[in-house]
Amino acid sequence: MQKLNTIEELKKLREVLVQEVFNPGKNMVKVCCGLPCNTLGSHKVADALKDEARKTGIEVEIVKTGCQGLCQKGPIMRAEPYGFYYQKVNVEHAHEVISTTYTTGTPVRELAFRESFLEEPTAIWDEVPFYKKQQKIALRNTGNIDPFDIQHYLGVGGYGAIEKMFSSMSPEQVLEEVRKANLRGRGGAGFPAGVKWAHAKRAPGSIKMVIANGDEGDPGAFMDRSIMEGDPHSLLEGMLICAYAIDAHYGFIYVRHEYPLAIKTLKNAIKQAEALGLMGKNILGTGFDFTVHIRQGAGAFVCGEATSLVASLEGKRGFPHARPPRVSEPGGGPWGYPSNLNNVETFSCVPPIIEKGSDWFLNIGTSGSSGTKVFSLAGKVKNTGLVEVPMGITLREIVFDIGGGIHEDKKFKAVQTGGPSGGCIPEKFLDLPVDFDSLRKVGSIMGSGGMVVMDEDDCMVDVAKFFLSFTQAESCGKCPPCRIGTYQMLQILEKITSGQGEKGDIERLEALGKLVQRGSLCGLGQSAPNPVLTTIKHFREEYEEHIFDKYCRSTVCNLGLFVIVEEECILCGLCKEACAFDAVKETRRSFFIDRDYCTRCKACYTVCPTNAVKIVRTMFERLEEELEIPIERLEVIEKRRRTALKDILETKPSKILSIHKDRTITDAVRIMTEKNVSGVFVVDDNNSLLSLFTERDIAQAVFQGISFDQTLWSIVQMRQIITFDPSAEISTAISIASRNRIRHLPVVEEGRIIGMITFRDLVSYLLPEIFYMATRE
Amino acid sequence: MKVEEMNIDEKIGEVGDILSEHEKTRGVLIHALHQIQEENGYLPEDVLKRLSGKLDIALSEVYSVASFYKMFHFKPRGKKVVKVCLGTACYVRGSKKVLSALEKEFQVKNGETTEDLALTLETVGCVGCCGLAPVSTINEEVVGEIIGEKKMQHFVQIIKTD
Repeated sequence: MQKLNTIEELKKLREVLVQEVFNPGKNMVKVCCGLPCNTLGSHKVADALKDEARKTGIEVEIVKTGCQGLCQKGPIMRAEPYGFYYQKVNVEHAHEVISTTYTTGTPVRELAFRESFLEEPTAIWDEVPFYKKQQKIALRNTGNIDPFDIQHYLGVGGYGAIEKMFSSMSPEQVLEEVRKANLRGRGGAGFPAGVKWAHAKRAPGSIKMVIANGDEGDPGAFMDRSIMEGDPHSLLEGMLICAYAIDAHYGFIYVRHEYPLAIKTLKNAIKQAEALGLMGKNILGTGFDFTVHIRQGAGAFVCGEATSLVASLEGKRGFPHARPPRVSEPGGGPWGYPSNLNNVETFSCVPPIIEKGSDWFLNIGTSGSSGTKVFSLAGKVKNTGLVEVPMGITLREIVFDIGGGIHEDKKFKAVQTGGPSGGCIPEKFLDLPVDFDSLRKVGSIMGSGGMVVMDEDDCMVDVAKFFLSFTQAESCGKCPPCRIGTYQMLQILEKITSGQGEKGDIERLEALGKLVQRGSLCGLGQSAPNPVLTTIKHFREEYEEHIFDKYCRSTVCNLGLFVIVEEECILCGLCKEACAFDAVKETRRSFFIDRDYCTRCKACYTVCPTNAVKIVRTMFERLEEELEIPIERLEVIEKRRRTALKDILETKPSKILSIHKDRTITDAVRIMTEKNVSGVFVVDDNNSLLSLFTERDIAQAVFQGISFDQTLWSIVQMRQIITFDPSAEISTAISIASRNRIRHLPVVEEGRIIGMITFRDLVSYLLPEIFYMATRE
Repeated sequence: MKVEEMNIDEKIGEVGDILSEHEKTRGVLIHALHQIQEENGYLPEDVLKRLSGKLDIALSEVYSVASFYKMFHFKPRGKKVVKVCLGTACYVRGSKKVLSALEKEFQVKNGETTEDLALTLETVGCVGCCGLAPVSTINEEVVGEIIGEKKMQHFVQIIKTD
């Protein structure tokens, strides 16, 4: 196309293209070629459609567009002029799509949207629930036009705003319009763009710059990418308007290196715009110059922060610096030139504001936050993808109406907004109208628009740990509170999720979090503790469970007690096979898990076909349920388990019955009968312990026909004796005794006999509750 | 790219008109590093030395910038670079499992390269493909919805075939 030299020429060209490119009656299939659909093969589908159209001779134009939103159902497409919605289209469907749609004018039923198999399909685009509540401003063209063709953008009315601006508006008027529209920064903080622009405009100096921040580093956010890949010209037009308003002549788009397609699309767009005379020197003959450069990031999250981004633009390490000077002040921007920096989404909202006026924009959204916001809806919802909704819509509408509810109809738990700088919003705030201020009130932020939905299977402590590990790794290391503080917080979270948490950890996390917020220079550090602090605020009970009960209700962390519920077990034995540690033991009628061997690896839990393997809080809870023992008494049991053998001895009569090794068996039996005991100590001349003589020895002597006139020594001399220290814990003593099959526990301290504990002593000491229950009945 | 033949003025673009010589050479540094890495797969020491000479920036400065950014590597990398996305959406849909399965299958840890330089295993913050979580990338190609044993095996198969 020829270079346009006047505003008049642009006007004429646009009039022609509006008629030509998007003639309302034209047959056209718009195939989504955004990254997710592309992954699912939409390029191949588009080519197959082209072939099919050629073969059948039906006149259909195939347009490869940017992201159309409903990524989950990709590849998706829209058949014009009917407005049919098709999902999950593959190459085999090509024939049907072309012939059915364009010979009969009816939709292909099997490709239409449906909630489930039982429901009537929806074939009309605007009636699909995912799109019904959306309102598009920033994404107005994304998914609608071919991003590689400037004619398409002109054909949908693009560059109309600059036409109006150059022909009838002064820079001051443009600025005033944006200020009046109360367009707040879409990058996260929500600072009014008009105020920012005015700031940059006021700054002294004749050289100024406009920077678009496309360093979208938040995990779970892909709005900017969709705009850059799907509608690059709206970004360029927005930047040009800003440049005109603040009198800047150089523009930069800072794009993540992870978005190669966005870089390619933008480069192409700039080239086309320059060829048409819409960018570069002497734009449309007005004498205004504006050149745009693309700069690539190199994988540093902190470079999304304004001052770091500027450092990275200059080719330095992406360290943030203290403000002032702000980016909009002399000395703050690249090479010291005052600059205006906005998010990609903010810029692409600007052209419609100029074209339709600030009043139109103010009518959308809430009083404090006008307009719409793009969210990337992801996580555990049925329909994931890119949505643009007016501000003030409730979270419930986004998650349940647009998102279609929770995946597999599980229970909703939280929405995470704002990525690693934001927070988790619990169920009780589902009816909260979403705008900049309301989200801040509940401790989260709008952020760049990532919205990750979580269900009952997600552990909030684990989620907090995930975000913190991200920011910890991405901390640039300049400010010690951020560098060291996030690391320490992460260590505490590691401790909690691995079952080593202790009292005071939550308070330590809170204190550290506040310290990191206060002591960091840039937004990364100031907001890094947010995920932890909000989850503590809204889900404190989950933290407490991890710390005190060593239990994770979502079974994400490897905590809790693994048990097999007999009633649900079908004895398939898969759990026993799956266990690498031989912790699953088999009895004649059941399987059970040996706590001593279990490493909580969850192999049995995941493999069980009937979900009979359960992860429970602790054994105590079961006891409480089954025996109706009040919780205070359970604590008594726990305390008692930790007591030492000498504590039991203190509750017993202190008499020690011993017998010399040279006495006969008859003597021993007589003493035992008289004193009514089941065993006696066998000692030597110095009264030191040699062995024990118990009822079991009598049985053995009878069986082997040993005369009762023999000395005790002749029987016990062959035997090893196991003795216990008085400080040994009861639990240890019990396990040793069980393993060695002994019932009498001699307690010896430095060679001196202190006493004897039998299994009966243990039972009556440990389980008085059982006796209590028995006598009550 | 021959480092010596690099045209700094062309690389920096129109904005070069208002910049000093030193600002210009600085401004193209990251861009040049990207190109070197694209061609060699990593940043070889001798090329960086030549770059330092060409741009008149101390070698330590070049390293200081290159080591700040995660994207740059100083060691040779595998023929196939597999990146498992650990973004939020992928994480909650189980990308940790994908990572551990790959570690087991190819006997490498996250961030390492196999000895025969066939594969480098890495993680990435987010590839912006959350709708298909959990996703991984093999070089530039994106593979989505790696859920379950079958999909996992299929994925391993894709990695193994050339």
